[in-house]
Amino acid sequence: MRENIVEYLYIAAGLSFVFAIKWMTAPTTSRRGVLAGEIGMVLAVIGTFVRPEVTQFTWIVVGLMAGAAIGVPLAAFVPMTAMPQRTALSHAFGAAAATLVGVAEYIIREPHLDRFTMVVLGVEVLLGGLTVTGSLMAFAKLQELIQGRPVVYRGQNVVNLAVLAIAVVGIVWLVIDPTATVVFAAVVVAAVAFGVLLIIPIGGADMPTVIALLNSYAGLSAVAMGFALDNKVLEIAGALDGSSGFILAVVMSRAMNRNFRNILFGAFGQVTMSARDAEADDRPVRSGNSVDGAAILDGARLVVVVPGYGMAVAQAQHKVRELADALERNGSEVRFAIHPVAGRMPGHMNVLLAEADVPYDRMVELEEANELLARADVAIVIGANDVTNPAARTEPGSPVYGMPILDVDRAGSVLVIKRSMAPGFAGIGNELYYLGNTTMLFGDAKTVVGSLVSDLADGG
Amino acid sequence: MNIETGLYVFLLASFIGFELIRRVPQLLHTPLMSLTNAISGIALVGSIVIVGSSQSVTTTVLGTIAIAASSSNVIGGFLLTDRMLRMFRKRS
Repeated sequence: MRENIVEYLYIAAGLSFVFAIKWMTAPTTSRRGVLAGEIGMVLAVIGTFVRPEVTQFTWIVVGLMAGAAIGVPLAAFVPMTAMPQRTALSHAFGAAAATLVGVAEYIIREPHLDRFTMVVLGVEVLLGGLTVTGSLMAFAKLQELIQGRPVVYRGQNVVNLAVLAIAVVGIVWLVIDPTATVVFAAVVVAAVAFGVLLIIPIGGADMPTVIALLNSYAGLSAVAMGFALDNKVLEIAGALDGSSGFILAVVMSRAMNRNFRNILFGAFGQVTMSARDAEADDRPVRSGNSVDGAAILDGARLVVVVPGYGMAVAQAQHKVRELADALERNGSEVRFAIHPVAGRMPGHMNVLLAEADVPYDRMVELEEANELLARADVAIVIGANDVTNPAARTEPGSPVYGMPILDVDRAGSVLVIKRSMAPGFAGIGNELYYLGNTTMLFGDAKTVVGSLVSDLADGG
Repeated sequence: MNIETGLYVFLLASFIGFELIRRVPQLLHTPLMSLTNAISGIALVGSIVIVGSSQSVTTTVLGTIAIAASSSNVIGGFLLTDRMLRMFRKRS
């Protein structure tokens, strides 16, 4: 009877999670999705509390209180710009839980482990372990605790694969002899080491893909836990998490022109794009000041703003929204064109703009943005670089060739707000800056946009 | 232990996951990741079983840390997702 109640509660929880994801498909229902997720989690926890083997509650309460003490401040005070770091950190927490449970399960069941359970426990600690350290490394790079540049050395792939092989061979050994506790410890150590090695060669610009990938791994370690504990709700929730991370990783890698095959193993076999210096280019560019910029914007019917991470770094998003308001008062229609990698994690730029009170129905994705750009009077590029480089369409030799870009060059006039002519992360110059319809407004994004707002008000 | 049932559940849930998540617009990708993070705090369930069944001091210590780690994701994840989604507004 009690077992049945547990299963029914788990079924209801699993269903709630599915609805939670379903409602995330539209901004109008997304908050309902959060509620569904919360209900699902409460049901799953109640279901677990009524399990007959769960009899001791003291330490459960202690753990939950500690979790609330960590989770609530992280949720309430983390700035939106730091969302990628926060996400990486929470992947580490989730994976740590999976790894610790895997280790505890092994300790409890070690003498009587059947082969299947041994395999899934092995997979659980392998995926969990590498996600813990991989996510902590990603966190450290994003938080700039360690340098974000990729670290590569000769034989890196061989070293990485060797460490991974140790873990896999260890799991096979344990399937044959589950009592080899030293081998189990070695698997955990190898997994943890592999996580560090995996992220070392990955640079800051590739972080969106990595975060999504680690999301997927954390989900899959929960699935493995579900198999080990014969727990369906773990399998369902883990599968949703795993597929979500996987899809986001694919979206990101495509948007960044990265090979799909490479994403499963992060930087494995990836040709690291060396930040070669942009060829000395002394072609003239047209630069102007904010008065020139305001003159170009005055009278424009459709203005498309292309924000990049540089805008967020300069904390210019509120000024940019003011500019959009000023343009609308001036009779222009304004849209924000958001490239999938315009930020440090999937969808990051949308959140940053939403925080600055930009309505979400003015944010458009790549495809729609390019239709708009083709008939826009002015495009304003703020802190974005490689995602606007026409070389992606025209120069087969370029590192960005084939990358989906925002066709900013097709707009009537282009205003580029940028600190200097320095190249973006791909390390190449941007043809856009030399085009006849482009005007460069050099300076800090926040300052330049601020002057545009006032000059526009004076002129109009 | 029923391996086949587990595989059914996993494969069907993954399929549903793929089909639904493909439809989530880029606009909501960050909240989506935050939400799935909260949901992957489901590791809490396994952690509670370990601690609640009180097998040994070692497993209780490991389990309690696991509860703290996973519940911080659950509690923080849902709160944060809602905080983000509250910011998404249509043109007034």
